[in-house]
Amino acid sequence: MTVEVKEGQDIQKVVQLLIEHHGHEKSELIPILQEINSKFGYISDDAITEISERMNIPSSHIYSVATFYRMLSTERHGQHVIQFCESAPCHVAGGRMVWERLQKELGLKKGETSEDEKWTLLTTSCLGVCGVGPVMVIDNDIYGNVTPEQVPDILSHYS
Amino acid sequence: MAYFRSHVLVSIDPECVKKGAYDLMDALQDELVKQGLVDEVQVLETSRIGDPETEGPDLMVYPESVHYSNISIEDVPFLVEEHFLKGRVAGQYIHEAKESLDEELSAPKAKEVRIVLKNIGEIDPLNIEEYIARDGYLALGKVLTEMSPEETIQEVLDSGLRGRGGAGFPTGLKWRFIRNAEGDQKFMICNADEGDPGAFANRRVLEGDPHAVVEGMIIGAFASGSHQGYIYCRAEYPIAVRTMKTAIEQARSFGLLGEDIMGTGFSFDLEVRMGAGAFVCGEETALMASIEGKRGEPRPRPPFPAQKGLWASPSNINNVETYANIPQIILKGAEWFASFGYKKSTGTKTFSMAGDVKNTGLIEVPFGITLREIIYDVGGGIKEDKKFKAVQTGGPMGGCLPESFLDLPMDYEALGQAGSILGSGGLVVMDEDTCMVDIARFFMEFTQDESCGKCTPCRVGTRRILEILTSICEGNGKPEDIDTLRHLCDQINENSLCGLGKGAPNPVKSTLEHFLDEYEAHIYEKRCPAKVCKSLIRFEIIDGECTGCTLCARNCPVEAISGERRKTHVIDPDICIKCGICEQLCPYDAIEIK
Repeated sequence: MTVEVKEGQDIQKVVQLLIEHHGHEKSELIPILQEINSKFGYISDDAITEISERMNIPSSHIYSVATFYRMLSTERHGQHVIQFCESAPCHVAGGRMVWERLQKELGLKKGETSEDEKWTLLTTSCLGVCGVGPVMVIDNDIYGNVTPEQVPDILSHYS
Repeated sequence: MAYFRSHVLVSIDPECVKKGAYDLMDALQDELVKQGLVDEVQVLETSRIGDPETEGPDLMVYPESVHYSNISIEDVPFLVEEHFLKGRVAGQYIHEAKESLDEELSAPKAKEVRIVLKNIGEIDPLNIEEYIARDGYLALGKVLTEMSPEETIQEVLDSGLRGRGGAGFPTGLKWRFIRNAEGDQKFMICNADEGDPGAFANRRVLEGDPHAVVEGMIIGAFASGSHQGYIYCRAEYPIAVRTMKTAIEQARSFGLLGEDIMGTGFSFDLEVRMGAGAFVCGEETALMASIEGKRGEPRPRPPFPAQKGLWASPSNINNVETYANIPQIILKGAEWFASFGYKKSTGTKTFSMAGDVKNTGLIEVPFGITLREIIYDVGGGIKEDKKFKAVQTGGPMGGCLPESFLDLPMDYEALGQAGSILGSGGLVVMDEDTCMVDIARFFMEFTQDESCGKCTPCRVGTRRILEILTSICEGNGKPEDIDTLRHLCDQINENSLCGLGKGAPNPVKSTLEHFLDEYEAHIYEKRCPAKVCKSLIRFEIIDGECTGCTLCARNCPVEAISGERRKTHVIDPDICIKCGICEQLCPYDAIEIK
């Protein structure tokens, strides 16, 4: 069960709806942050302020939680987010070559967003699909058995 | 009761329904009436049989177990006549068995025993009735109506079941601690934060047999006197989260969760909590902090969760696989379970095999099996029949074991003595082309990145080790580095707060012990024996093999390759970035790594 967000709805309204849905308990903070992150792509300062006031949690605490977890971001991401699995099974299966090719093709290093805000290049912890490594995820699409040669072709599918 | 000689089960999968499965059922029924077979053959609905995308609508005929696929209404008269009237199998409609589509879990190999994985791929995880049809929730009924909590605990204790998350603590004993702990509120927690790279057994259980986990948790709750439970699942597993939520809703609507379960007066409810991408949250105290809405940082123990856990109440934390074993133990008895295994490790263990082994994927084997049996008999040996070099057990905090350990019987104790761990059952197999210094550096990069930063030995120590390993891989290693690494490993292991820090040095320690020659080659000879570390290798074109086809020169991203057409080319080592593209492309294998 999630809260529907309408196009252009402001963050104050979204936070209000989320808190009505999840409740004010401190244990609901992470689920609320997760929903904001998935709806807006990141957790803005405005969102933190709004949650802090409505849930009566210091914004320093919210910020410390938001920056602790890898899947929550306090920085705006590009239009497409690439997550490359940096885990051992993918590494052993030739992941390093793919990772190098990916960085070269995009001209980005780990954690960077391209100037045109099209791409953000991230690494992810193990996705548990090690049987088909090396693995990378672009937005919600998962690619397995990736070879360095396939990288340009895969990237060309995203406009 | 009416007797039918044949039953036709039509797949009513949503995809098959879209393709007209209900119309097909009607057509079959009409045709059976027409041919006078309606009293002999019964048409029934069933869930998905094959792959509905490519094979639907499909149906299964029993008792012959004939699977027909891609059946259209036009095919029905002929099919009914052939199969049911003339008694001949209609060959053209028969489903062609494809190679298993499941790259993760194939049919059990000779040395496997499947207890935890028995339902995976066999039942529809989104339909509680299929679980119930395979004796699901029978164990719960037995416990609630025939056994006392203390008897339940004793049964689990007698089975010898130990924590499958890797620590190996006897499960029954944990439950008894909770039962005897003071407090009105007690929590049952399922650790489904399977973060170890290379381990995916828990994911498959959550996705494929969710009710086994739910049932195991309810039984545990009954035994230890808890009424509320949480399943903490990592967010990297969205399908597992969805499946568990569906399973919980279904169990609730069947009266198996919530108030007054099965009318016995016992109440217990469950909730799924999602992680947000922090490896350290697999550590039990960090996991509880995360459920409470805090940073997932571990805290010192004692107090143990059994005394003060979630919201300072007594809490029991078991791994997914531990819970999934429980219903079987209750149903078939402790003695049956203890008949599998070796010494103090009873039952089976799932392993996720990855790396340079032929059959990657999930297996379940009894404890006591050797690594050699796992890698060669079950795993099919090393890819491309290369030479085995090492196997890393237990995820990023496990040790790398060389060939001399292949005949070690696998159990909690033996692996611990060998300098590794059982962990969550990850097995990464490495062949002769793997550089062990590079692998140690790689694992250190992981633990250094995942260190939560709370305690100094782990935060600073892992970084220091990583710096030294990186400098060795880059050819800047110094002779004293080896002693410094050993010292750091001991310090981090002894002084870190939680399992992450304590285990972090294992890959370095074990490679230093078993593959010291590789470290020495890097440090003294500035040579990488496996030809992996870029700073220590160079690419050269072999004179005589090169035909001058220019393929490499045209594809070199930095234009480091020159030469005339049909003449041997040359790589300029000052420009070469060692990307390896030329070596991959060369059709004549004329490029050599030195």
